[in-house]
Amino acid sequence: MTDLTHLTITEALNGLENKDFTSVELTQAHIDAMADAKHLNAYVTETPERALEQAQQSDKRRSEGKAGILDGIPLAIKDLFCTDGVQTTASSHILEGFVPTYESTVSGNLLRDGAVMLGKTSLDEFAMGSSNTTSYFGDVINPWKNKNRPDANLVPGGSSGGSASAVAARIAMGATGTDTGGSIRQPASFCGITGIKPTYGRCSRWGVVAFASSLDQAGPMARTIEDCALMLKSMAGHDPKDSTSAPKDVPDFTAGLTDDIKGLRIGIPKEYRMEGMSEEIDKLWEQGIAWLKDAGAEIVDISLPHTKYALPAYYIIAPAEASSNLARYDGVRYGLRVCDDGDNLIDMYEKTRAEGFGDEVKRRIMIGTYVLSAGYYDAYYVKAQKIRRLIAQDFTNAYEQCDVILTPTAPSEAFAIGENEEDPLTMYLNDVYTVSINLAGLPGLSIPAGLSKNGLPLGLQLVGKSWDEATILKVGQHIEKAANFTALPAIRTQKAA
Amino acid sequence: MAYTIQGETGAWELVIGMEVHAQIIANSKLFSGSSAKFGAEQNHNVSLVDAAMPGMLPVLNEHCVEQAVRTGLGLNAKINNYSVFERKNYFYADLPQGYQISQFAHPIVGEGIIEIDLDDGEVKKIGITRLHMEQDAGKSMHDQHPTKSFVDLNRSGCALMEIVSEPDIRSPEEATAYLSKLRMIVRYLGTCDGNMEEGSMRADVNISVRKPGDEYGTRCEIKNVNSLRAVHQCIEYEARRQIELIEDGGTVDQETRLWDPNKMETRPLRSKEEAHDYRYFPDPDLLPLEVANDWIEDIRKTLPELPDDIKHRFVDEYGLSHYDASVLIAEKDRVEYFETAAKDRDAKLTANWLLNELLGALNKAGLTLTESPVKAQQLGELVSLIEDKTISGKIAKDVFADMMETGKNPADIVEEKGLKQVTDTGAIEALIDEVIAENPDNVAAYKGGKDKLFGFFVGQVMKKSQGKANPAAVNEILKEKLNG
Repeated sequence: MTDLTHLTITEALNGLENKDFTSVELTQAHIDAMADAKHLNAYVTETPERALEQAQQSDKRRSEGKAGILDGIPLAIKDLFCTDGVQTTASSHILEGFVPTYESTVSGNLLRDGAVMLGKTSLDEFAMGSSNTTSYFGDVINPWKNKNRPDANLVPGGSSGGSASAVAARIAMGATGTDTGGSIRQPASFCGITGIKPTYGRCSRWGVVAFASSLDQAGPMARTIEDCALMLKSMAGHDPKDSTSAPKDVPDFTAGLTDDIKGLRIGIPKEYRMEGMSEEIDKLWEQGIAWLKDAGAEIVDISLPHTKYALPAYYIIAPAEASSNLARYDGVRYGLRVCDDGDNLIDMYEKTRAEGFGDEVKRRIMIGTYVLSAGYYDAYYVKAQKIRRLIAQDFTNAYEQCDVILTPTAPSEAFAIGENEEDPLTMYLNDVYTVSINLAGLPGLSIPAGLSKNGLPLGLQLVGKSWDEATILKVGQHIEKAANFTALPAIRTQKAA
Repeated sequence: MAYTIQGETGAWELVIGMEVHAQIIANSKLFSGSSAKFGAEQNHNVSLVDAAMPGMLPVLNEHCVEQAVRTGLGLNAKINNYSVFERKNYFYADLPQGYQISQFAHPIVGEGIIEIDLDDGEVKKIGITRLHMEQDAGKSMHDQHPTKSFVDLNRSGCALMEIVSEPDIRSPEEATAYLSKLRMIVRYLGTCDGNMEEGSMRADVNISVRKPGDEYGTRCEIKNVNSLRAVHQCIEYEARRQIELIEDGGTVDQETRLWDPNKMETRPLRSKEEAHDYRYFPDPDLLPLEVANDWIEDIRKTLPELPDDIKHRFVDEYGLSHYDASVLIAEKDRVEYFETAAKDRDAKLTANWLLNELLGALNKAGLTLTESPVKAQQLGELVSLIEDKTISGKIAKDVFADMMETGKNPADIVEEKGLKQVTDTGAIEALIDEVIAENPDNVAAYKGGKDKLFGFFVGQVMKKSQGKANPAAVNEILKEKLNG
């Protein structure tokens, strides 16, 4: 039997339906692979027994003809989604040992459709980061290696680094991610997989530990566009428990994938051709443009004039919301509590939060508190919100000329662990192509499009109109076919060798 | 006469504004489905949202919005079609989220106005600045354990309305009248039970003092003022404190102070270093609240007649005094009782009987109006018996006492006890003749100039009639006979 972990979700569903293998076998193959890939540290919590139990039930459902659209597929869940009865940490010490009594709407939707949960994947603490090096539970390692620096461990990107690493290393068939400023797309690019951040409001935020509520959005990470479309169909939908969840019907995303893209207008924003952009990234972008042109799409030059203000605006709005969202971690009701004899309430707060939060989280809480303070609110927060509206308007204007926007996903390939750490601003630059899309609430996806000189994956980003995930998935599949990205990460090629 | 406090340097005027927190009557909380009922066992009315578990989100309770709009309409206020929930950020053990969801820059209700009735019959208008919705906090108890604090989250997340007045109030009396009227209005509307003992209505009082005609002074906000008495007392105390401070050469610091009802004093709630910066910003978990004019008009159609409207109607239609009308509207039950009793009868006479006789008797018996043994219809019948001269006012009091005791209809009591007034002049004449015949000496004395003896004859006639003779008729006939 071929290695089941190399199958796509769609292939695996066919195999299950044809009785080529059972969900228990498929799940066991992944549990074995997880054991071999422990050093990647992709999971905070592994739940093999639970997974096998779910797989058994899935096999039973399938034999009774009651299988759901993802029945029996082993997936990883980012440890930002609360999972009933399974520890949920947000990769923070302050939530260590916290076991929710409730299931997030998105992970619940996947379970409803028959998915098997392998475990909870690591992330940057509270999803704040682009390298997955801020997790309290240790760095996550990218399964890919720089062929010119084979000894260096690379970051998987972040914040959904554990999910990206797991999907790339074939220790999950797909995973949930969340994306606040690029947290699905940038790690997808770094790990050579596909990830989509849907339109804000497409997936419920209920039960997802909040980072920046007006930007956070859950989405799927998998190895093909079709797998992402399948997962998104399951994850999405209106949830009355989230007031920002949109009461909109969810289209059948996989059904639209066969259409051609002739005549579709692809916008190329000139402001994304930034100073100091690497030649490699530029070349990849040109290649992407050429593929779509060949498929009959029309290439249109567009302008998104407020792009350069996106990153500063994002790093005001996101920390502002975070500083308030993280106030609930106070040592009173759940999670870490540090309190010595004779301490009063304030002492307990200070000790708990000092010990419970890592440096990056503290930095953002302080930035956020500062920009909301009396006397600074107008100069920072209010101004950033104005910029946010201008950026959204840029996209509205651009979409009068085009249907989809094509850009690179990230300004670089995966870098080594420890790099970009000396100055937080360098790290923040990782999000330069992705944050505008969150500020505007638009859908965006990253698709692996080629390898760098160092043999590392590079992704292209497609940005759609609000609620038009279908079109970017369709265009993404054209790039997927043209790029024919079949390279495997080191961990798998070494094993094969 | 304007209220002033006499200091060493002359008279001082008070400037007072009030912020009243009123718990909205609703089955569930402002942003969660858990029960908002008072009196449950500790931490029983707490949902995952109320406890601020990770990933939990608020969902606005539409009924609470309706109640806030209804209250706004009752305060003759502008309803804002667009309002925004914001987060007010601060740490406290009974504030699980670390922030309170409130409305700040864009409240649901804007400016309005209410009338207050003062003891001297004066009516004064007090401006309402705004009304906004917000979450209540939980309760911390620090006296249950030597080192631990106990927290009860039953109240956490319950819907409150904060109603802010203009600084139009000038005396402790006006302040209590304002609070009473506000309570009356929300009770009429059914939007808050106004129960201050249970904390469903609480007041913060902003006070400053100034020499009449001067600019506003620096104000202090007094918290924890939880009864009408406390409002009165804390204003008197705080105004004197500020006056003494200024007259001693000091200045008033703008600060938040706490009313201590045991020590009868106010004291600073927190030091300046602890002053809060609440860092308000729009709550990204909630969309801006938009209410359509049609919906507002639908709510307006369901409003009951409000106390001030009723008061004006009672004065205009029934000719009641302002004072009587304002006492009648104090409780909705009184209004209903009065209107039933006064239907097609002498309204002023009915109001007198209700306010002077019935309420006094009920008070003595420790009963409420709804528990009254004398029902509204029965009191009305009693008034009718007086009106059509079946009984005199004096006999009516005896009948009323009987009604209070037995709950019987007045007509039955009059019938049983034979208390019907005698208005038949022939019968009265016969009685008078008897009395004159029996008292020849007194008749002679009266005729000799002892006018005062007239009362004696009246008394004798009434006695013979067992109190039933119509006094006016007795007077008239007696005068004729004696003087004739």
